[in-house]
Amino acid sequence: MRTIDQTLAQYSELFILLGAMAFTVAFIAFCWDLAKSSKTIQAVEDRLAAEHATADSAVLVGAAGATSGSAAGGSGGGSGNQAHAVEMAPDSMNYGKERRAAARIGVALTVLATVILAAGVVTRGMAAHRVPWGNMYEFCTTGALMVAVVYLIALTRKDLRFLGSFVIGLVVIMLIAATIGFPTPVAHLIPALQSYWIIIHVSVAVLASALFTLTFAMSVLQLIQGNREARGRAGKADKLGFMRLVPSALTLENAAYRINAVSFVLWTFTLVLGAIWAEEAWGRYWGWDTKEVWTFVIWVVYAGYLHARATRGWTGTRAAWLSIVGYLCVVFNFTIVNVFFAGLHSYAGV
Amino acid sequence: MSQTPDGAQRHDDAGAPAPGGPGTGGGKGRAGTDRKPSRKRDDVAVPALGFLGMLRWAWTQLTSMRTALFLLLLLAVAAVPGSLFPQRPANPAVVTQYLTDNPEVGPWLDRFQLFDVYSSVWFSAIYLLLFLSLIGCVIPRAIQHYKAMRSQPPRTPRRLSRLPEYGSMAVPAEAGVSARSAVEEAARLLKRRGYRVNVRDADTDRPSVGAERGFAKEIGNLIFHTSLIGVLVSVAVGGQFGYTGQRVLVEGETFVNSLIGYDSFNPGTGFTEDRLDPFSLTLDKFEVVFDRESTTHYGQPLDFTATMSVRDEPGAPAEQKVLKVNHPLTIGGSNVYLMGNGYAPVVTIRDGDGNIAHQGPVVAIPNDGAYTSTMVIKVPDAKPEQLGFVGFFLPTAMEGDDGVAYGSDPDPMNPRLYLNSYYGDLGLDNGDPKNVFVLDTSSLTVLNDRNQDSGGIELAAYETKELPNGMGSVTFDGLVRYAALDIHHDPGKLGALVFSSLAMAGLGASLFIGRRRVWVRAGTHEDGRTMVEWGLLARGEDHRLAPEAATISKLLRDQWLTDPGPQAHNSKSAAGVDNS
Repeated sequence: MRTIDQTLAQYSELFILLGAMAFTVAFIAFCWDLAKSSKTIQAVEDRLAAEHATADSAVLVGAAGATSGSAAGGSGGGSGNQAHAVEMAPDSMNYGKERRAAARIGVALTVLATVILAAGVVTRGMAAHRVPWGNMYEFCTTGALMVAVVYLIALTRKDLRFLGSFVIGLVVIMLIAATIGFPTPVAHLIPALQSYWIIIHVSVAVLASALFTLTFAMSVLQLIQGNREARGRAGKADKLGFMRLVPSALTLENAAYRINAVSFVLWTFTLVLGAIWAEEAWGRYWGWDTKEVWTFVIWVVYAGYLHARATRGWTGTRAAWLSIVGYLCVVFNFTIVNVFFAGLHSYAGV
Repeated sequence: MSQTPDGAQRHDDAGAPAPGGPGTGGGKGRAGTDRKPSRKRDDVAVPALGFLGMLRWAWTQLTSMRTALFLLLLLAVAAVPGSLFPQRPANPAVVTQYLTDNPEVGPWLDRFQLFDVYSSVWFSAIYLLLFLSLIGCVIPRAIQHYKAMRSQPPRTPRRLSRLPEYGSMAVPAEAGVSARSAVEEAARLLKRRGYRVNVRDADTDRPSVGAERGFAKEIGNLIFHTSLIGVLVSVAVGGQFGYTGQRVLVEGETFVNSLIGYDSFNPGTGFTEDRLDPFSLTLDKFEVVFDRESTTHYGQPLDFTATMSVRDEPGAPAEQKVLKVNHPLTIGGSNVYLMGNGYAPVVTIRDGDGNIAHQGPVVAIPNDGAYTSTMVIKVPDAKPEQLGFVGFFLPTAMEGDDGVAYGSDPDPMNPRLYLNSYYGDLGLDNGDPKNVFVLDTSSLTVLNDRNQDSGGIELAAYETKELPNGMGSVTFDGLVRYAALDIHHDPGKLGALVFSSLAMAGLGASLFIGRRRVWVRAGTHEDGRTMVEWGLLARGEDHRLAPEAATISKLLRDQWLTDPGPQAHNSKSAAGVDNS
């Protein structure tokens, strides 16, 4: 077994710390964006109100980059009730013309932080001459990196900057958990983990978890937005101005569903690949080990979520709750089960 | 609802066809979801249904999506207790301990089978009902899909403009494209894109083509659900006809695969002894590598290697094979796994008569990373009194400030035995099975322990200690390692792999293939232009319907218009095509 490169390992820890700091600043920028944009839009609306008498408001609203919900419309032919009184981002989730300086800073810092964190994760792996997925510290740092990368990739396709404070906030939490909760010096893998299956099984699991993180954020926002829409319909005051940057609940639901479908498939892979590895390592492909139980529970909850979308009365809010419960199970499986539950997967390195 | 919400898994695209849609969509909306209002009346009418009617009603209820969803979520909840309480199949000793520690609550938990969750009545009931519901759903859907695949795409809706995606164009008269040829060319283009096409009303002035693709979506869906049944059956077959057994093998020892060769053995109910492959294994050598470089993980194990001589059957030539963690040996239909290892100090015990009553390695069970191991020696052959020893073994013993020895390293650099000794009836003669790793000292008389004048027994390598009262002596003769092996035979394994792979493929198909219908209609305008319009409808969730509409629109324009005119395509979808 090759000697661990301690110098590189120290650099890795430094990179991860720097990455965490950069993410923290990015998080602040995204929060600032929400606060500020809500003000900007308020200003635009005030101006609009003034011009309303003379101009066609729909055109101006469109020009301001904040299409009203009534203009955006839902998808498909069936949805007719678009009489929202509240302001929301366009349902296409495409980039508008409006300049959002704070959001741009947030994205730029996220890119920078991701690069630094990637350097930290890669050097960790190089220092140990293996994939850096052997203990909680490494799961957390790699997981945070994966969430950030998935988020940035999603950003190239759609304007999901409204998720920034949420997603990057979770990244920061993961990095804090890694550096403060589970600091682990770099080491070789114990024999049980010395298998090429670790590369396949863990990478798919982390990727699926990263996608679940995105949909969790979307489902939470969906509930908030749905509530806000209902308040709007009831003619009550809009208390959550920052939610103007977020598209309608239905759009969030559809987007979350698309991503959840992908991550459900990935989670199925995680489960099956894990079973194949378990067969090779422990002689049985399924033994209801605590980790296996929770992986199964998560799978069933998200299967329920997918079915709920096809069941009358279970779409919308209830589906969002299932998505949230599923993610809470993911978090539980990753933290509580790894740390406190005895089982064959108890090599979390804590 | 804006989209036909099939997206998920099974049961029908419960949503009604889109407004103005082809009217054939949705099929017979399997049980429950869209017949809810009438269900209420059914409830009231139950007495009049009779026995068959009741069964029918119960079956409809069971196979409804709502029930399936409920059972699914119930299954998730029911699986949780198995991770909270120790489970007998995995850890019988922990369960026993739990029952001892919690004499009040324990038996109640046991009554509700919370220590055997996954074989409990309630857990089994949930998943069997779920699978029954699944079968009741898959079969009718399979029949329905079979019919759908054999029938032509549904008739062309009268008003294509009411479909979720709609486009139209006018082909100038000078292009010389008749309505009929336009439809035929559209059919050809659609066919090339993988659509199944059917030209209708070709001889009228409003010819049209109906096209449909994505039948594999539903096939994938059916394969996924059917494969889950296959996985369940495979698991059952494995449990029925397979076996698992454990054997601790000390260096130099040979294991013969027969019932008496095992330390513990768990056969399935359909197991017969002739299913045991007649192989034998000899552990020639067991090597362990510990981390000696790391300061933070010093002494952490890096590698376990068991070198074995394997004979496939008695008399066959021995073949040397290496067994490692994550690299099981496959012999015939059995797999041999390396599950644990430890030290077996070689101990010689002479009895009060001066005869050797025990000689050989004693398996010590490691409890920590430094291989601090507990051990028990039972010497029923000792005379005049049976002897028993309980204590621990340290590979590298160090003495703390308080004078208590502790293990500081997993490698044997200063191996020592620390034992208490007892004499009396060990209780082995009445034939009850006893755990070899536990000695009940309550009915024995102490010879050596820390509280006696004689003190505890502490032996370094090759040392001998005389027992008090001329009861004999104990000698620490040497040290060997052992490997804890699991031998498994699971005839359902391959099936489980095949079916779970099929399930994954089916799942991918059902979630990512879009099932779409396209209709193109043409007609001739009074001024001689050929008017072409088309509409698209997704069956199930399909976010790529709008891009598909854009592609088809482009294909048709490229076909007939050399100079693409003003775009007439409109998208009703929020996803829009404007994002390209």
